[in-house]
Amino acid sequence: MNLKYTKNPEKRSLPLMQGLAVWMKKNLFSTPLNSAISLVLLGLLFKALGPLFYWLVVNSTWEGTAQTCRHNDGACLVFIKEKFVFILFGFYPRELLWRPVVAISLFIGLCLYSRDVKRWNKLLLWRWLKLILLCAFLLKGGLFGFEAVSMDRWGGLPLTLILAFIGLIFSYPIGILLALARTGSLPLIKALSVSYIELIRGVPMISLLFMASVMFPLFMPDGIVLPKLLRAQIAIIMFMSAYMAEVVRGGLAAVDKGQYEAADALGLMYWQKMLKVILPQALKIVIPPTVNTAIGMFKDTSLVVIIALSDLLMTTKTSLKDPKWLGFSVEAYLFAALIYFIFCFSMSRYSKRLEQVFSYGGRS
Amino acid sequence: MEKFSQKSPWQQFWYDPKKRGYFFQFLVFFAIFGLGTVLVTNTQENLARQSIASGFSFLGQEAGFEISESSIEYWADDSYQLALFVGILNTFKVAIIGNFLAIILGIFVGIFRLSPNWLLSKLSESYIELARNIPLLLQLFFWYAVFTEIFPDVKESLNPIPGVFISQRGFFFPIFKEHFIWKWVWMTFIGGGLLTYGTSLFLNKLREKTGEKKSLLPFGLLFLFVVPILIWFFGGAPHELDIPQLGGFNFSGGMTLTPEFVALMLGLVIYAGAFNGEIVRAGIESVSRGQWEASQALGLSRWQTLRLVVLPQSLRVIIPPMTSQVLNLIKNSSLAVGIGYPDFVAVANTTMNQTGQAIEAVILIMGVYLFFSLSTSFVMNRYNRSQQLKERGA
Repeated sequence: MNLKYTKNPEKRSLPLMQGLAVWMKKNLFSTPLNSAISLVLLGLLFKALGPLFYWLVVNSTWEGTAQTCRHNDGACLVFIKEKFVFILFGFYPRELLWRPVVAISLFIGLCLYSRDVKRWNKLLLWRWLKLILLCAFLLKGGLFGFEAVSMDRWGGLPLTLILAFIGLIFSYPIGILLALARTGSLPLIKALSVSYIELIRGVPMISLLFMASVMFPLFMPDGIVLPKLLRAQIAIIMFMSAYMAEVVRGGLAAVDKGQYEAADALGLMYWQKMLKVILPQALKIVIPPTVNTAIGMFKDTSLVVIIALSDLLMTTKTSLKDPKWLGFSVEAYLFAALIYFIFCFSMSRYSKRLEQVFSYGGRS
Repeated sequence: MEKFSQKSPWQQFWYDPKKRGYFFQFLVFFAIFGLGTVLVTNTQENLARQSIASGFSFLGQEAGFEISESSIEYWADDSYQLALFVGILNTFKVAIIGNFLAIILGIFVGIFRLSPNWLLSKLSESYIELARNIPLLLQLFFWYAVFTEIFPDVKESLNPIPGVFISQRGFFFPIFKEHFIWKWVWMTFIGGGLLTYGTSLFLNKLREKTGEKKSLLPFGLLFLFVVPILIWFFGGAPHELDIPQLGGFNFSGGMTLTPEFVALMLGLVIYAGAFNGEIVRAGIESVSRGQWEASQALGLSRWQTLRLVVLPQSLRVIIPPMTSQVLNLIKNSSLAVGIGYPDFVAVANTTMNQTGQAIEAVILIMGVYLFFSLSTSFVMNRYNRSQQLKERGA
């Protein structure tokens, strides 16, 4: 007889329908209470998904104009077809659209390439640096016969990704410095760091964005005007640094005390001790919460809507103001939500996977 | 040996960690001091050029704008001070109701997530993932759009229950007509709550002393329900309803929940509820399986085990992250400005636009939220301490 090992012997022996029945008995109808819950939930699901299915699939409009949409009851996908270029890229010149498309594709490509922990080395860092320069050049232009595109025409998804990504690469090192200052032994620096972190964490991000939009211009000497995008970017970096600092502090506290003592015993100076012994371990421990903070930052970039920067959410909102296409907010917001969801959900899945990768072999 | 004693003064200074520390601190201090001076002088010059007077004296001036919903009496000719106070009260209202609902939702979702029922657990998981991975502001816009685009015009309001109307302008439902006795009923109800709490403390003390367990239930019923109902009854038992009436362009009478408020609540509670659910789940999972098995061996039901054994222990794990979630909801309520609910940030923003007092407005916003944050974390930390394991006294 040909016996193969399978994880679940029950499954092996039963034909499909019977297996399904066993599974349902076990997972949906194990007790009378459970059966009741399952039935009620199934009923509710049908009640909720039925209309949704009708709205999105059966009655939806794929061809035509706003009039056709209003005539039909369902979702207006013509609107999405009409507006998705604007929602994704804002006011970027239409004839140069290939540039942000290439930039975003390269960015996402390198993100996917860097997924594997085995590929994390110096070479990858160089690649990232090159990618950032290339993307900046693609978006901005103005060299080698590429037409220049001014910053206030950038919008949509590229802008959201810039705010989040640049925010991350600046707030991470600043956060590390703040965390080191907070855990260090110099009282003045410690006090400054603690008050900065607690102040920023105690106020909503909107207040920082207000500060960036109305107070930063007052801080500047006469004649120097920072573009609004840069001001918002600074506010985001200021905000996220405080949160990053708390994440890193968690990592510093989690490193075994013996490591600190051993580094001291070897006669390492403070920076040697930190850079060569403590931080490599501490940062590795907190990679999953760091990714979670990055997800939070990605979502929080949408707040720049309040100071009227045209990020992904703002372009979505603007697309609704077209007098020819009034009244399709639900479609537009669902479309934007889908884009945000894809990014955030894949990041959070990735963070879960990293957690597993680093949960064993933590010492290697 | 010779070599070590012949350090130059510079080396002596640099290789002494203490002195080096002083050096760095001075460096940082001067850098920040210098930066601060530059910013302050720049700001003063800029303000002088635009001839904006700094200071908070504008607070006494007439605000001149209406606020669509307010818990206290406010008119457009009242001062900015009062307008801002209305904003604070609105923020406070949203924070209290929102946190209350979000925590309850979180507890249910966290428990459902671990249910042996596959469907229930998967549905909870889908909800959590969906709500957590979409920006809150987008969710708020969405709910607001649902109100303004999908719900019908006032004239064609939905009327699911007699007296209750749903339209673009919000929810309208009947309340009891004003009567002096209602105030007393509410006051005795709140007083009854305090008395019940006091009694529970007293009964706990009594139990610790004598080991005798007395039920709190009769006291609670008496203080919270019997006394207020008696007062209501002897006050004339008013029961006339104030039913919303459609007149002109809107309803009058009854109670109104504006679309802004409902959209804000929906968004905040759904968003925070997902995070709270994950916290509760992690808390329950942190209690070891042995506790479940031991309770089962003692003959407790699943629900009893959860309520009497597991949840009290998981509270220790739950409270610290829940504290930061409570604070997050308070801070996130500032997104109300995006959909036009007059919370504190919205009012401060209007004030800023009208008076041009940018610095003062931002300072006010930061100060108020800092106060909210610090006082909440103070209360939650105290509660946390009361729930921690009591170990041997030092």
